[in-house]
Amino acid sequence: MIRLWFKSGTPWVWLNAAAVSACLIMVVGVLGLILVRGAGHFWPSQVVQFSYQEKDGEIQTIIGEHVDTSITPAAMAKSTGYTMADDEDTLVQYLIKTGNRDITGTDFRWILERNVKQQQFPDELMVVERREWGNFYGRLVAVKENGKAIAEGAQAWPVVQARLDEALTVFKKIAHLEKKEVGAINYSLEQLRLEQKKLQLENLWDTAAEQRIAAEKADLEAEYKKYQTQLSELYQQIKRDSLVAKTESGSEVEIPLNKVVRVFQPNTMSLFDKIVHYGVKLVEFLTDEPREANTEGGIFPAIFGTVMMVLMMSIIVTPFGVIAAVYLREYAKQGFITRLIRISVNNLAGVPSIVYGVFGLGFFVYILGGNIDQLFFPEAAPAPVYGTPGLLWASITLALLTLPVVIVSTEEGLARIPSSMREGSLALGATKLETLWLTVLPMASPAMMTGLILAVARAAGEVAPLMLVGVVKMAPTLPLDGNYPFLHLDRKFMHLGFHIYDVGFQSPNVEAARPLVYATALLLVLVIVGLNLTAIIIRNNLREKYRELEG
Amino acid sequence: MSEINTSIKQPPSIKISSGEYHQRWRLIKDALARYGVVAGGLGVIVAIVLIFFYLLYVIYPLFISATAESVSEYAVPEQALGNTLLLEMEEQNEVGARFTDSGQVVFFETATGKTLLTQAVAIPEGAHITSFAQGSPINEGAVIYGLSDGRAVIAKHQYKVTYPNNVRVITPSLKYPLGEQPLVLDDSGAALEKIAVKVGEDATTIVAKTADTPQGGRIGSLPIATLPTPRDGGSAANGLEPLPPPSLAVAGKIRLINFQKEQSLFADEAALTRTDSVLEQSAAGIADILIDKDESNLYLISNDGQLGFFDISDKSSPAIRQQQNVVDAGQKITSVAFLNGDLSLMIGDSSGLVSQWSMVKDKLNRPAMQKIRSFKVSDKAVVAINAEQRRKGFMTTDADGIVGIYHSTAEREMIKERVSDALPTAAVLSPRANALLVQSADGKMHFWHIDNEHPEVSIKSLWQKVWYESYPKPDYIWQSSSANNDFEPKYSLTPLVFGTLKAAFYAMLVAMPLALMGAIYTAYFMAPGMRQYVKPSIEIMGALPTVILGFLAGLWLAPFMEEHLTGIFALLMIVPVGVMLFAFAWQFLPKAITENISEGWDAAILIPVILLSGWLAFKVSVPLETYLFHGTLQDWLKAEMGIGYDQRNALVVGVAMGFAVIPTIFSIAEDAIFSVPKHLTVGSLALGATPWQTMTRVVLLTASPGIFSAVMIGFGRAVGETMIVLMATGNTPVMDLSVFQGLRTLAANIAVEMPESEVNSTHYRVLFLAALVLFMFTFVFNTLAEVIRQRLREKYSSL
Repeated sequence: MIRLWFKSGTPWVWLNAAAVSACLIMVVGVLGLILVRGAGHFWPSQVVQFSYQEKDGEIQTIIGEHVDTSITPAAMAKSTGYTMADDEDTLVQYLIKTGNRDITGTDFRWILERNVKQQQFPDELMVVERREWGNFYGRLVAVKENGKAIAEGAQAWPVVQARLDEALTVFKKIAHLEKKEVGAINYSLEQLRLEQKKLQLENLWDTAAEQRIAAEKADLEAEYKKYQTQLSELYQQIKRDSLVAKTESGSEVEIPLNKVVRVFQPNTMSLFDKIVHYGVKLVEFLTDEPREANTEGGIFPAIFGTVMMVLMMSIIVTPFGVIAAVYLREYAKQGFITRLIRISVNNLAGVPSIVYGVFGLGFFVYILGGNIDQLFFPEAAPAPVYGTPGLLWASITLALLTLPVVIVSTEEGLARIPSSMREGSLALGATKLETLWLTVLPMASPAMMTGLILAVARAAGEVAPLMLVGVVKMAPTLPLDGNYPFLHLDRKFMHLGFHIYDVGFQSPNVEAARPLVYATALLLVLVIVGLNLTAIIIRNNLREKYRELEG
Repeated sequence: MSEINTSIKQPPSIKISSGEYHQRWRLIKDALARYGVVAGGLGVIVAIVLIFFYLLYVIYPLFISATAESVSEYAVPEQALGNTLLLEMEEQNEVGARFTDSGQVVFFETATGKTLLTQAVAIPEGAHITSFAQGSPINEGAVIYGLSDGRAVIAKHQYKVTYPNNVRVITPSLKYPLGEQPLVLDDSGAALEKIAVKVGEDATTIVAKTADTPQGGRIGSLPIATLPTPRDGGSAANGLEPLPPPSLAVAGKIRLINFQKEQSLFADEAALTRTDSVLEQSAAGIADILIDKDESNLYLISNDGQLGFFDISDKSSPAIRQQQNVVDAGQKITSVAFLNGDLSLMIGDSSGLVSQWSMVKDKLNRPAMQKIRSFKVSDKAVVAINAEQRRKGFMTTDADGIVGIYHSTAEREMIKERVSDALPTAAVLSPRANALLVQSADGKMHFWHIDNEHPEVSIKSLWQKVWYESYPKPDYIWQSSSANNDFEPKYSLTPLVFGTLKAAFYAMLVAMPLALMGAIYTAYFMAPGMRQYVKPSIEIMGALPTVILGFLAGLWLAPFMEEHLTGIFALLMIVPVGVMLFAFAWQFLPKAITENISEGWDAAILIPVILLSGWLAFKVSVPLETYLFHGTLQDWLKAEMGIGYDQRNALVVGVAMGFAVIPTIFSIAEDAIFSVPKHLTVGSLALGATPWQTMTRVVLLTASPGIFSAVMIGFGRAVGETMIVLMATGNTPVMDLSVFQGLRTLAANIAVEMPESEVNSTHYRVLFLAALVLFMFTFVFNTLAEVIRQRLREKYSSL
């Protein structure tokens, strides 16, 4: 009977079905994994206080967040050197984020479950998010102003919140002054220096120019002095307060409030508090600058860089892609040439992205960029302006990379437009261009849109070529700012995909950075899946529409 | 589309008097648009051709041969000051130096021969020069003069570069690193017949061969004409003459003298500690002495072709390591030089053969000199060998006046030119290896420019096994750069291509069954209602950025797999069995249940089955592992099979990259199967074939070209994928087929090394070559796939 069953082929059909199911499980699994890990990052987890027996038998207090649990079968634990009792089947270990890297040297430690004597969730445990050295876990002891305690014990908590708010306001002011105002002055000074050098190169450097530039310089420097005094005042102000906290081992630590981002007591938080906390952290993630070598804080520059690059790329790729598709569908005689072009398009789509990166670096950056520098920016030499990887070259390289996507999609759209439409237009006396411009292209616009969306999705996720033509781990300035000419195409930028690679694989503290990488990955996946779904929906609607037209 | 094209014709010129200009303008616009669009369309071809030719343009200089051209020829400057012992040239090729046997140094302009400065070395009264040697080019031009009274003088020639009025001026000068006072090397005052020196930062080592002396007396009056051969680039020709036979009482010795600089904490002046020793080796017949730059190995070369290899790391007790013959019978050693880095000796003999001898660990792990390659340079004796100072290249000069420039690693002959018609007496290659000076016996000096940018690369060094210095045997190695200057770059693309194919192979092993079987089911058996959701889901899978897949593979999958390796293998066995069992059980389920589920939704029902059997596989794997392997599978593999386990290995890459490739293969194969004309399948079914028979005998056969092209495009994608391999492997360029070992692919290699490579350097161009290899590879695969698909489309439309 089994033989008969096999002969009917049914089991093979089932096996094929299983392949589809496996693929689906993989897709959903990967998306789910990223979703769970990424979205969980901002939720304030409980801080646990363990009474833990160390190897030498001493009982110690360990405070931290429980991050992970590992269960190892007894035999394997034995082979890695653990002594196991006979009745123990598994070895359970907890990964605890203990923070306080400035004191202990590490952020994490593994502890054995069997050595945990007690596990508590005391209310007064607090988490201090700092700008340096990662999180601090411990108990609040006092708040100090200029080195003198102003509140201790239970009163300290509300005071620290109030003082922290003040400090954060001052911090924001400082950041604004330093980045915007002083940054603008520095930029202008640099421009003046370049102008001076340019005039000297062109032999136009005379007393008039010298005086003018000196005057402008003096103005800027005066302004700079003004900001400098403001800043030093603010620095005095922000350094005033500090908090004193007790660590798990009982030693007291003083943390100046200018180094603190946030203080909270997760064990006392209600659900609502937690939701608020989650929201605040999420907003911080999306709008703030990174801290601590990108492992903490926000990813705003990366989001901004990705968006800028994708926008630039779209502006470049759309006209070329559409023109090529129009040529293939509307103008070219189907034959050898179109066949050659189709093969070229397919090859462009199949060329590994890293090859585009190599080409972009060699051709765009060194050849085009190098010549632009020689022709237009001799005053900047030996520092390159366009002769170095930057936003413009990254956009052009990715435009080349996504060109086939736009061509194929647009062509499909054009092919679906019934020929009766074109014939009607031509019969009414329109030229071919008018037919194209007024009838065909508007009808094909959703298809072009689809192509563009797919191109954007591809570009947003592509990293390999960008590593060669303009992405950096930390860009000091955004490519768009308030300094003339506002859009700086020569600047290097940050990118979500590269951020994932860099933080996940190049950062010194991978374990601590991992949640942030998952969160970044989630954001990127959401954007890309969203874009792709939009493209699919538009395409499906389009097909419906044309089916009606044809009918 | 042909009917559209024929229908679109130029609208007949409409003649309306009121809008004549307007009409014309319309037509002009139309024509302009036509040209614009045609240009744009052809631009795509231009783009792909541009990429190809640009890559070709960058790598082209790697394969062109070097050129040399004569710049000037002039009489030897200050010929009256004696014969040339050594020629030198400074960094900029502007100033040359001629060290004469009368103890004079003549600095001259290399281009014209104009004497800039003549300086006498501080040779004490009553003594004359009996031997001479060059320290090493890297040691900033130290030379040593051995004197007739057992003393020696070490001098250094230096060049100061200044820019008065923005003009480069190079000022030569002489210095004495160990003081102007001669060093007493032999107390008895025997003449130093041969000498060698190495001047280092903290230590200076001198090895000298003393002349045979009558008891207590000095001979010390060797005529200068029998001056021994200077080691490097000196007048090698006259060094060939054998010394007068020893007929005197005390035989010459080989003395080793070492000065160690002891920097005391408080004193400014460093004290020198001197160590003396004598080698237990007959000094007879020693023609050349060489000390390596670590001052721990000493090489003595005798006229009859013997090479003595000594360990002098302990300066007070030098020990012999090896003594062997290094030339063919009947031949003589005519010139010797270290290759840059002092790890290899280049030995030239009287038959025109230059062989490279390098220190290789033998079977007992003892260092021994071994011949790793040889070059047939000429039919005449090789009179001089000069090593390049920054690469593993060298220049040979033969007795006919023919100069050759070679690269040892690449085994390439770069240049072979006749520089002079007379016998060359001295030759030097400039520090940047872009100019050479040759002095010939007819009193002429020849100055040549060399253009030799990329000697390191040849077809052999890229693709075949190469015997690198201090490696036990020839091997394929990629190691492109290192911190120190005398590193031998190893540009073998073979391990990278191997890694690329290995990664792609494992990826295809994962992707092909899943994608093709999935495509078969989705296209032919699946209910349209379900297909509508499945296809986009898998397309979304293809849209996932590879950086995310790589990150998950590296940070989640790799540790997970390390911990659950048995579980993964159990999964492969248990899940298919579980599915089969479920399918078998399915037909016995009551009709009420089976009929409620419409046909073609099997895949949905199977999801819980797969999840359950997968969970079971992991559950079972733990006791199974303990029972079968008594510990972890990794330990068992290591202990029993000798297979090492890397956390980031080919299996992780295979799964992650398989995931990335599945959608590509799936969607093309699915399209091919789905568009098989319906009448074929319906006909088959009507003739009584089962759906599965129809599938295998009709549908698959018809769609096979499409499936083939799907697989090829998938393979092309796996070959070029960068981020996943970059993140999921250790990026070690090893050639190991094991699924548990890491690898490095061409693409990942480019991503890792390109940002650090210097523009237009050999490394940069080799990386472009790697990119071209990738490009060509995918080009061939994609073109083939595309041609097959176009054929298939035509076939379908004709069916």
